[in-house]
Amino acid sequence: MNELFFKDAMLTLNDVSVAYKNEVVVHNVNINLLVGQIGCLLGPSGCGKTSVLRAIAGFEKLSSGSLSLRNTVVNDADTMVPPEVRKVAVVFQDYALFPHLTVAENVTFGLYQKQKSVKKQRMLELLELVGLSGYENRRPHELSGGQQQRVALARALAPRPDLLLLDEPFSSLDAELRDELAKDIRCILKHENTTALMVTHDQHEAFTMADIIGVMSKGQLIQWSDAYGLYHKPVNKFVASFIGDGAFLPAQIQANNMLKCDLGEFELSREYSFERGDTLEMLVRPDDVLYDNSSNSLAKVVSRSFRGSHTLYELELQVKNRLSVLCLALSHHDHKVGELFGIRLELEHVIVFSVSR
Amino acid sequence: MSQSQWKNPWTWWIGIGCLILAMPTGLVFASFIYPQFDVWQHLFNTVLSDYVFNSLCLAFGVGALVILIGTPLAWCISRYDFVGRKYLQWLVLLPMSMPAYIVAYTYTGILDFAGPLQTWLRSQFDWKYGDYYFPEIRSLGGATLMLALVLYPYVYLLARTAFIDQPRNLEETAKSLGISSLRYWFKVVFPLARPAILMGMALAMMEAFADYGTVQYFGISTFTTGIFRTWFGLNNGMAAAQLAAVLTGFVILLLFVEHFSRRKTSYYFQGQVTKTNQRKRLNKGANILVFILCFTPVLLGFLLPFMQLMSWAVDTFQEQFTQGFLVLVWNSFYLASIASISAVSIALLFAYGKRLNHSKLIQVLVGMVSLGYAVPGTVIAIGALISLSWLDLRLNEVTEGLYNTSVGLVLSGSLFSLILVYSSRFLAVALHNVETGLARIKPSMDDAARSLGYKPIHILKAVHIPLLKTSVLSALLLVFVDVLKELPATLILRPFNFNTLSIKTFELASDERLSDAALPALSIVLVGILPVVLLTKIMDRAVHE
Repeated sequence: MNELFFKDAMLTLNDVSVAYKNEVVVHNVNINLLVGQIGCLLGPSGCGKTSVLRAIAGFEKLSSGSLSLRNTVVNDADTMVPPEVRKVAVVFQDYALFPHLTVAENVTFGLYQKQKSVKKQRMLELLELVGLSGYENRRPHELSGGQQQRVALARALAPRPDLLLLDEPFSSLDAELRDELAKDIRCILKHENTTALMVTHDQHEAFTMADIIGVMSKGQLIQWSDAYGLYHKPVNKFVASFIGDGAFLPAQIQANNMLKCDLGEFELSREYSFERGDTLEMLVRPDDVLYDNSSNSLAKVVSRSFRGSHTLYELELQVKNRLSVLCLALSHHDHKVGELFGIRLELEHVIVFSVSR
Repeated sequence: MSQSQWKNPWTWWIGIGCLILAMPTGLVFASFIYPQFDVWQHLFNTVLSDYVFNSLCLAFGVGALVILIGTPLAWCISRYDFVGRKYLQWLVLLPMSMPAYIVAYTYTGILDFAGPLQTWLRSQFDWKYGDYYFPEIRSLGGATLMLALVLYPYVYLLARTAFIDQPRNLEETAKSLGISSLRYWFKVVFPLARPAILMGMALAMMEAFADYGTVQYFGISTFTTGIFRTWFGLNNGMAAAQLAAVLTGFVILLLFVEHFSRRKTSYYFQGQVTKTNQRKRLNKGANILVFILCFTPVLLGFLLPFMQLMSWAVDTFQEQFTQGFLVLVWNSFYLASIASISAVSIALLFAYGKRLNHSKLIQVLVGMVSLGYAVPGTVIAIGALISLSWLDLRLNEVTEGLYNTSVGLVLSGSLFSLILVYSSRFLAVALHNVETGLARIKPSMDDAARSLGYKPIHILKAVHIPLLKTSVLSALLLVFVDVLKELPATLILRPFNFNTLSIKTFELASDERLSDAALPALSIVLVGILPVVLLTKIMDRAVHE
């Protein structure tokens, strides 16, 4: 979408691998982040996403591949530019504020080469931006977690870095604060036109903050796409089950590229090349399952959770294998556990995966 | 071990440092390769049973007493609000500034036949010599009491933290389950604080095993006095070293107790946030009772002996405050300064080595050497003397062979030996402080500074030095005071004609010139108050944060 608008590459990872003591934790990752874009690496803990971040900052050396900033190689087999000259700022998970310095001194820490007046002006500007005007003389331990987070962000942004890295920036905050802060930070980054790459295990944070998201698993980058693409066009079953809710229904290929499952027949797009008779699994999202009283397919309510405007039902299909699907129905369709109601499957994109065996 | 560890310069520096520091204690154990059967036969037939019995009685007596004094004290101060609590919570630490041998000789002065108490009793009741019973302070029981009076703060400090750290919701849970206060105390409070109390007890018992000044002054035969006697009386260094090894064996047992308790405390109190900071107000009667309970240890362990020392010092000030006294002060000052700078520098090297290398080898080496605090000063001193005089002999052979001159006892006869022993014994104190300071500097801070454009050397200046400053200063102060108070190792290793405040105090007191000893003793105590003040500052800060 935005890719045509952004012309310059800020960060390029080319077949990047990272290893600790012969154990490879990141395998051949390729990423391209454009100027002004906010990217995100999303994955379960231990998937190698923080290692990628540390390699970009220069705290770890690549074991193979190359890493470029503004199309200049900063780390490959022959080059290792130290972190202090990369112009890559980091907001750490634990914020890493200097406890002996005031908020103002923390924010201006990276501006040590600048004139006093420049320093002060930039500091005041940033504190206003992060909503902490008047806190200049406080010390980190006098601030709440959210405020410390904002100081850490201001400190990282102060020297106008080429690239900002955020390592699980919201993990130590309350759930309510997270969402608010994620929106604020996105606004701030866009205001400063900062290119940023964030690491998180929380997909909602990723969706709120990022323009483009990379899903990682076991050291590999599985899919690099926007939120819509990850949800509606996952490249494999891992992404499909990691992002959002959903169920997998067994399905068979019929003639004419048609796909048959317990809830009807659907046309398969041409991207797929499966043989007739192949058994596949079809991704069914809760919003694909519609409430339809006229439908012949009945399903029994197994459990339900009320979500205000909608209710999320877990339904058991009345077929041999008692398969279950999720259904997001408007909440005035009120059914108790054990009741039956008719459903219809409406798929905009049919997503199938071959059965892993 | 991987190859790269051998190439790492840290491993080498730390390895060499550890080797030198561990040499004296290691040598004490190695002394068994020259078995001294005659001496042991002799000791066994005569005094060995006394050594074992007295040392064990002393240590266990002190252990029991410090628990009896320290635990209720900690409980009252952490859980009750009463008159003077605010001041008592740090006043009760003051006895830490009193070396046991100084308290011992002060009490001897107070309680002697000619001392103020008995004189007063006689004049009051018209008694004469032999008319009444008066307990003898110069006894095993007396020594136990003296040591306990100055060592109970170990238990107090650890128990207090344990009581405060107990999460409030535990008490609320127990109450909601209908458990009575008393039952809660025995079922929850005490079991949870027990590791901390045992740890304090183990530390106090180690000090009791290591004590030389008190038992020597009171004329009680223990391992430490036995080591001196075997060396200087029987003139047998190897046998003395072997006695020292046996003594160290006892202390190692205590180390296990301490280590085990320490692991348990960290396990009990992980990740619990709400602390018990609420204190119960007491009514009038209980108020006075608790005040008396908490004030008595301060009175007996500090105020009374301190006042006695003051009064003696005032009496003798004119004749004692001489050129000679100033030389003592200067000797003590520069010896303690060099020792503390050396111990803290080594601690910095070790702490950074541990931080920058997560290698198992370095962790283990540093861990081993920092156990030096448990080894009695007498033991380390004996080991240092034997090993360094051996090295001196070899050195002299070499210089005589090469240059036809001998360099004399450059190692064993100089301050080097003392500095080595102090560094070895007090490294743990320095290391603990430096590591606490270093732990405040999270690795991500280094990364943050680098990503903001700082080179490693500038990070040291902008982040590490300012953050470490206070912990390094407190490490210096603590080692300084420990060296100032140290007696047995200084007695064994001081160069000829070199006196310090602690040695002069001990010599004068041993010559029964109690009031003359007061001025140097008082100087030690006054400097010793500094770390107590520091400790209260740190405790206050911990409460506020």
